[in-house]
Amino acid sequence: MERSRREFLKIAGASAAIGLGAGQVMEAVAAATNHQAAPEAQVAHQPEALKATRWGMVVDTRKIESAEQIEKMVEACHKEHNVPMLEEERHRIKWIWETHFHNAFPSQATDRVSEHLEHILLPVMCNHCENPPCVRACPTKATFKRESDGIVMMDFHRCIGCRFCMAACPYGSRSFNFRDPKPFIPEINKAYPTRMKGVVEKCNFCVERLAVGKLPACVEVSDGILTFGDLNDPESEVSKLLKENYAIRRKTNLGTGPSVYYIV
Amino acid sequence: MLELALKGTKKYWGLLAVLGGIAGVAFLVYLYQLQFGLGITGLSRDVSWGFYIAQFTFLVGVAAGGVMVVLPYYLHDYKAFGRITIMGEFLAVAALVMCLLFIMVDLGQPMRMLNVIFYPTPNSMLFYDMIVLNGYLFLNIVVGWNVLEAERNGTHYQPWLKPLIYLSIPWAVSIHTVTAYLYCGLPGRGFWLTAILAPRFLASAFAAGPALLILLCLIVRRFTRFDPGREQIQSLAKIVTYAIIANVFFFLCEVFVAGYSQIPEHTDHLKYLFFGLHGKGVLVPWMWTSMGLMFGAIILLVVPATRRHEGVLAVSCAMVFVGAWIDKGLGLISGGFVPNPLHEVNEYLPTGPEVTIALGVWAVGFLVLTILYKIAVSVKEDNAGVLRTRVIKG
Repeated sequence: MERSRREFLKIAGASAAIGLGAGQVMEAVAAATNHQAAPEAQVAHQPEALKATRWGMVVDTRKIESAEQIEKMVEACHKEHNVPMLEEERHRIKWIWETHFHNAFPSQATDRVSEHLEHILLPVMCNHCENPPCVRACPTKATFKRESDGIVMMDFHRCIGCRFCMAACPYGSRSFNFRDPKPFIPEINKAYPTRMKGVVEKCNFCVERLAVGKLPACVEVSDGILTFGDLNDPESEVSKLLKENYAIRRKTNLGTGPSVYYIV
Repeated sequence: MLELALKGTKKYWGLLAVLGGIAGVAFLVYLYQLQFGLGITGLSRDVSWGFYIAQFTFLVGVAAGGVMVVLPYYLHDYKAFGRITIMGEFLAVAALVMCLLFIMVDLGQPMRMLNVIFYPTPNSMLFYDMIVLNGYLFLNIVVGWNVLEAERNGTHYQPWLKPLIYLSIPWAVSIHTVTAYLYCGLPGRGFWLTAILAPRFLASAFAAGPALLILLCLIVRRFTRFDPGREQIQSLAKIVTYAIIANVFFFLCEVFVAGYSQIPEHTDHLKYLFFGLHGKGVLVPWMWTSMGLMFGAIILLVVPATRRHEGVLAVSCAMVFVGAWIDKGLGLISGGFVPNPLHEVNEYLPTGPEVTIALGVWAVGFLVLTILYKIAVSVKEDNAGVLRTRVIKG
């Protein structure tokens, strides 16, 4: 039994070498070995990568003066992530967008909001919940929470497009590719993948930038409105801001535990 | 037994041709959807499920409704239903075929469908829905086919079927319960976030399923030599009566809780559906029609004289079926998504291609149903003849 198996392997190896050519076999083996060093392992070894145990964001609404400030964030984000510019309103993809206080906080809005809050637009995006309902709903684990730092991520290649996550998200933070987005991307950023039709996408807290030591694209252009950091680190800038100021989160009554705070 | 489906009248083949034609046209439209994406539908980032998923939800109910003939016969030994259990089971098969097709046409990446099996995720309700729907389809095919074959051979069905038959009864309840759980466990959707959603689904299922079955019985009697029986139809009518009353009662419970508590997250969806919100309300006439149909049907079904009159009963059953279809097939899904989580009102209406594809799926379902019913009815029709031949041969 043992001998015949060894013989089989020999023959199989020989025929593979003949069939493919030894060079190709070596290449295949090399590719397989490379593949084992998964991208995530490489990311972990990046010395300059930014690390945290729970990434979070603070939006200081007091610093918001004009809609242009928010639009700048949207533009930076959508350019970075190859988000298409679709004409049709109902097909639009939004990772971060601007909205009124009473839309961002429908159950918290009162009839007497401060004049400032009433007039400005707030940036809204995925809240990277501690207890994300979208992750619970996904039937393929295509959306998942990275345990190391709490970022809720998407595997665009595993998503079957059932859109259960969109129904589950209480913040409307997810978008679906109702058509092929590629023709509508003004300028493709080769550092980030484009998507295909039929999959869901959303803000990823710029994991790809954190991995190379950069802050999220929106934070960089936010004129100090957005602060990004480790919520679990008491010395981080976000923790300090939250210690000194009163901040609210969207729909906390749902138990999702958003990681995006708004100082009002 | 399949050969019975190959011998039929011109009418039978004509019906198959029409259904096949609709399905064929719809398939071409589906190819277009496959190529372009779901953008050909009226769906949006706010109303991300629509006509397809609503049809799916409604048809899970029709499938579960089949148990209303199986349960009295096998659990209560109500002999009269023995004549028509096969019709309930085959209706469930056809309905489940449509359910699965509706899920398929709704997927953005249908080629990746098997990812649900490759990466099984027990925290997702869709995972369980896949199991219960396929399981119920399997149970109904196996049970229905074997019992019918035994009937054809003039023997008792094999004993190993018994546990499967018993299993199919709670399984029917499970398919609609799990389907309700798809919706009622989502934190941000006030319209669905109610413990009574699953009972409500079941009530409407046990009304719409048997109502369709009554209509099918009347059609079978009209066009074949097999009579499902007056007692059978009348018993089904009583089931429909109780179930539609329960359905309306559960709905009124919803209206009370939302209306009296006046919590906006719950009232806004009902307001949108029945009165319109922020000046938008495409579904308002539909919802009132649905209510009118269901209330009207209750009156016609409760009054013994109108229930016993088969012509009126047929109308009542059509009213129940259409009323429940609007309620679940139009209102329930859209109503849950409007207003959206940011309290904006972005309405949804299915597009032409979307409705065509949906019609195609219905056509496939009725094609399957026609073939299965043809087989069942042929067995029932031939039974007497076959017995006679045997006696002569013997």
